[in-house]
Amino acid sequence: MSAASPPLLAVDGLVKHFPIRGGFMGLGTKGAVRAVDGVSFIIAAGETMGLVGESGCGKSTTGRLLVRLLEPTAGRIQFDGTDIAALGPRQLRPLRRHFQIIAQDPYGSLNPRMRVEDILREPMRIAGLKDTEQGERVARLLDHVGLAAGHATRFPHEFSGGQRQRIAIARALTLRPRFIVCDEPVSALDVSVQAQIINLLRELQREMGLAYLFVSHDLSVVRHIADRVAVMYLGRIVELAPKRRLFAAPRHPYTQALLSAVPVPRPARKRQRIMLAGDVPNPAAPPPGCRFHTRCARAADVCRAQDPSLQQDTEGRAVACHFPDP
Amino acid sequence: MAGPGNGASASAQDSAAPLLSVRDLRVAFDTRRGRVVAVDGISFDLDEGETLGIVGESGCGKSVTALSVLRLAGRAAHILSGSIRLAGRDLLTVSDAEIQAVRGGEVGMVFQEPMTSLNPVFTVGEQIAEPLMRHRRLSRRAALDRAAELLDKVGIPTPRARLASYPHELSGGMRQRVMIAMALSCQPRLLIADEPTTALDVTVQAQILELLAGLQQEFGTAIMLITHDLGVVAEFARRAVVMYAGRIVEQAEVGALFERPLHPYTEGLLASIPPMEEDLDSLRTIEGTVPSPHAMPPGCRFAPRCAAVRPACRTIDPPLLALAPGHQAACIAHADYRLPAGSGQAHADTPA
Repeated sequence: MSAASPPLLAVDGLVKHFPIRGGFMGLGTKGAVRAVDGVSFIIAAGETMGLVGESGCGKSTTGRLLVRLLEPTAGRIQFDGTDIAALGPRQLRPLRRHFQIIAQDPYGSLNPRMRVEDILREPMRIAGLKDTEQGERVARLLDHVGLAAGHATRFPHEFSGGQRQRIAIARALTLRPRFIVCDEPVSALDVSVQAQIINLLRELQREMGLAYLFVSHDLSVVRHIADRVAVMYLGRIVELAPKRRLFAAPRHPYTQALLSAVPVPRPARKRQRIMLAGDVPNPAAPPPGCRFHTRCARAADVCRAQDPSLQQDTEGRAVACHFPDP
Repeated sequence: MAGPGNGASASAQDSAAPLLSVRDLRVAFDTRRGRVVAVDGISFDLDEGETLGIVGESGCGKSVTALSVLRLAGRAAHILSGSIRLAGRDLLTVSDAEIQAVRGGEVGMVFQEPMTSLNPVFTVGEQIAEPLMRHRRLSRRAALDRAAELLDKVGIPTPRARLASYPHELSGGMRQRVMIAMALSCQPRLLIADEPTTALDVTVQAQILELLAGLQQEFGTAIMLITHDLGVVAEFARRAVVMYAGRIVEQAEVGALFERPLHPYTEGLLASIPPMEEDLDSLRTIEGTVPSPHAMPPGCRFAPRCAAVRPACRTIDPPLLALAPGHQAACIAHADYRLPAGSGQAHADTPA
């Protein structure tokens, strides 16, 4: 955030619209789902940015855009000074090793016909690493993520969910990336195993200076792992702040409702819960003005008419609301 | 504060007449690799109007327990032993016709995924009306009137119009509201809710839990809440049962369970959840993974992962014992834990 070092990643005005098929024989389009609709943020080297929000808010789409698994509709993604959103596949390929993604479902993201060793060697082979170097790295990676050398010859189905996620992490690390999108990496795991994987991700970050975008619906996990947290609602960031500030003094009414809804394992603590009425509106036709106004207790005329922009204060807190808390 | 006096009166009530009483339930499944015992000798009670949470990680047997109450665990399931008494009647031995009358009648059920448990080709109105016509012998017209009232009750706007909707036209939260309306249509004495909010977002989860709590107050329904989410149990249940590898390892009122857990597994589970108000450098973890049901360890099933393991843990299979008023745990490491003469040994020496 300091002016001295430019951020590793700078996202500016990122947009992703998914066209809705319709018309004659489904050949035309009738509107678009505005999954990500003008999102901007930066991530420094070695930093973890948490990205939270409910289903359909656009958080996973944002993650997939950052590693160019999806083509952005508009906007810039500056990675270490290069706008990777503007690059063609050929120009992008040598850069891809620097940014990786870990998906939610370790059952779906590992090829069931490949042995662990081959899963880990594949990216290295594509990157043109020598065979001996590949072998050395496989051994080191397995050790790094807490698997035994003997695991190299096994197939994914021989592992538990937590171990599979370790394999997926090892694969993401093969080419020594600088940035990893972690898309709900522990959501499919039981709590006791979840804690093992979270600790592993933090250790690796410290050792290798990795930056993470940590996408999750689990607020307590994000509270634990992130440095700063962005809250998304209907394709927009509504609040972004250093995590302690965000969790201790949320300013946006949506963030406040979201935090108050999290059940905590402390029966003695009875909290005031802010109930949101109704459901999230259709992202193909978001409400005019502030997108949250249809469910907001504070909504006034200005909220129905004017779309609030994300305003940053001097302490690095940003909020998009006409009537934010101080 | 649960003084000894409170505990005594509570247990006196318990012994009076619990609504649901599960005793020594053992449920096995036939798999390609042989028979596995998914639920291995569990006992618990649920009082009239009470909310009991059943918590544990994947494969601990919590859902099998819930499904067994209505004999819905499937063809591959075998009840090896035990009884499940609802107001005195053993649901495991009643006829098929009787258990069908119980399902959706005295006992309602809500599942995790409302999209797969609602029938996609029938309207919401038809699905809510069906149990009313079947169990309450209402006419179609009266049942649909009642269905609209129920939709209103579960907070669905314009309920009359919604009767004609199909499940796919509703959001996840709305579908779960419909499931709840169906489950409550015949005013059951017991509602079994198996991960009812797991597929929902937190703000919707809060709405659904509040709805359930309100309806429970109004109708006096007892709720058996099966969940992996300790936060949900802490906020919603009065008492909770913690399961591990097919066994109950701890049982207590939620206050005691969360403030003073007596079993190392419960303690470990609680410690592995990132706290919301505190910064930790690293989380406490439970090492290793849940044992395979094909190869249960001898002695205490948690011993291979337990940080406080003793040599005796690997041979003695500890029964669940009361260690404080209303608080039971199955761990020999606890200072107040005294094995009943012979019983623990008998378990441990049982030949395979």
